[in-house]
Amino acid sequence: MSPNLAYQFLYSMLRIRRIEEGLAKRYAEQEMRCPMHLCIGQEATAVGVGVALSVSDKMYSNHRAHGHYLAKGGSLNAMIAELYGRASGCCGGRGGSMHMIDLDVGFMGATPIVGGTVPLAVGSAWASKLQKKTDVTAIFLGDGCFEEGVVHESLNFAALHHLPVLFVCENNDFSVYTRRIERQPDRPIHQIAAAHGIKTAHGDGNDVELVFNLTNNALEDLRAGNGPWFLEFSTYRWREHCGPDYDDHLQYRTSQEAENVKAVCPIATFERFVLDTQLLSRADIEKMESDIQAEINQSFAFALADHKPTLEDARAYVYA
Amino acid sequence: MLNANTREISYIEAIREALDQSMAQDDRVIVIGEGVPDPKAIFNSTLGLQEKYGKDRVFDMPLSENGVTGTCIGASISGMRPVLIHQRMDFALLSLDQLINNAAKWHYMFNGKSNVPLVIRMIIGRGWGQGPQHSQSLQALFALVPGLKVVMPTTAHDAKGMMVSAIKDNNPVIFLEHRWLHSIIDTVPESMYEVPLDKAKIIHEGSDITIAAFSYMTIEALIATRALLSIMEISVELIDMRSVSPLDSQTVIDSVKKTGRLIVADTAYKTGSIAAELISQVLEGAFESLKEAPIRVCSPDFPTPTAPSMTEGYYPTSGTIADAVLKLLGKDSRANSYQELKLTIARKGMHDIPNREFKGPF
Repeated sequence: MSPNLAYQFLYSMLRIRRIEEGLAKRYAEQEMRCPMHLCIGQEATAVGVGVALSVSDKMYSNHRAHGHYLAKGGSLNAMIAELYGRASGCCGGRGGSMHMIDLDVGFMGATPIVGGTVPLAVGSAWASKLQKKTDVTAIFLGDGCFEEGVVHESLNFAALHHLPVLFVCENNDFSVYTRRIERQPDRPIHQIAAAHGIKTAHGDGNDVELVFNLTNNALEDLRAGNGPWFLEFSTYRWREHCGPDYDDHLQYRTSQEAENVKAVCPIATFERFVLDTQLLSRADIEKMESDIQAEINQSFAFALADHKPTLEDARAYVYA
Repeated sequence: MLNANTREISYIEAIREALDQSMAQDDRVIVIGEGVPDPKAIFNSTLGLQEKYGKDRVFDMPLSENGVTGTCIGASISGMRPVLIHQRMDFALLSLDQLINNAAKWHYMFNGKSNVPLVIRMIIGRGWGQGPQHSQSLQALFALVPGLKVVMPTTAHDAKGMMVSAIKDNNPVIFLEHRWLHSIIDTVPESMYEVPLDKAKIIHEGSDITIAAFSYMTIEALIATRALLSIMEISVELIDMRSVSPLDSQTVIDSVKKTGRLIVADTAYKTGSIAAELISQVLEGAFESLKEAPIRVCSPDFPTPTAPSMTEGYYPTSGTIADAVLKLLGKDSRANSYQELKLTIARKGMHDIPNREFKGPF
């Protein structure tokens, strides 16, 4: 691994973590008045995929989209402004946390109906194929998606037409408070894709380098016209399903389980790795932290200074 | 100058021509649906398109109404202009999540940054035992969702022009075709032309009473209108609504200000119908002009049964409409020439096959 790539991985993961910690800290002020699903603990999947993709590639996502949006290069100012319901937000205040978009970097949209954007990503890949373009569309979907019919329909269509779509399943084992084993038979999710004739790979979603390598391998094949591809990564949601806090007191999982997972934190693990291998120095990381903090402070200031859209503004754009 | 273009073709041929010309003009247009390239070719409306435009642009589809609707939405966001076809409106109900949560809202929720130029043809079945799940007419369901456009052309002329407009439109357009309109002919120009998606059309001018009709009910209303004029000298203003959302209530309000009486004939269940919405809008806009309470002529509030002995009388007819006209004019079956009127507009032949009393042109 080059120092440059190591820097990119660590910087992107740390940036997502610090941004979301910043959101969590300010959420109680009740100025960000929208449901918010944090991806703290799941940064490596977003970054491993995001770094592998080109700007011309497209990405769709779901309700837990902050990491994906940022890893694809989405504007932080537009994101924070959106969470505060401001006019410069990526949706002009219409969407909030569950509706991220930045077309300049190919982040096509994220919405909160489970599985709802999966066929859209397939359609995006279909359009690319019809238009004879070489870009790939990536779609992030959680384990809960495999209880939705539309996801199976999408896998079928993508496989039928050999579309350049990369399905990335982040399997964090929970749908809100309900474990996968209570919702699905005990079988690997990637086997569902394999049953559709789709090529698959799977691995530890805490290992950013592995995510990156598996994604790159898939992208090469996708660009050669051999799609679709399906990747499944195991990961873990540290905080509550929706909101800024921890919710282990609800006892749907043991605090021991949550603590065990923190011991394999994707960021701390990678940080140890880059220091041990001397890819990066402590000074590099300290600089990274201060750069990130400066950017975050600037973005919050930008958002809070921006004006609030009105009910009159809400009438626009019902029709194109 | 004489209009040289007097060619007459059927509604289904007009749809096929609109698809053909739109595909020839714009290579972003693709056509997909269950049975599109098969030997029956969606009642012949997609006949020959795959041969002409290739398998990359004309597809059959997996039996995945919701998934393929989402796929078409994704393709349209990325620059394509898909036409998705359901042989029955009932099948499209599987795609309500994608239609309502994504297609209708994408442009709005992302602040106008991207949009969904998508046409979805849905065919309303009727007759020959189509039954509870092959004959629903749920235009009001789609019309209540902001962001969707919903049209129901009646004539072959408008079917072609509105299909061309729908494909060029930058919004999702639900294009509803009543199966009993498919074989009715009309004068249809060979050249490509557009008909607006938001304007009703007065197809018979009159002064005594206004009938606003949707889709196939325009045919039944036209049969009644002509007979009422020739036999009873009752002058009906008949408006073909053509679109459901946006709903051109202004044309109806203007007519009611002249006639003072209103009947709305709809192909749907009565309660919660678009007929009810139209009457509400007319009451808000022309209450003082109304001499009588408006009447809805709709299907009853229960599903369509299958057995012919149960469907006889289920659907309102030209006779139902004529009776409503007489009622609003303070007349009834004791009126002069009533028997002649009823005899003239009575259906010949079985009630569960398309009405041949009017074959077109308009």
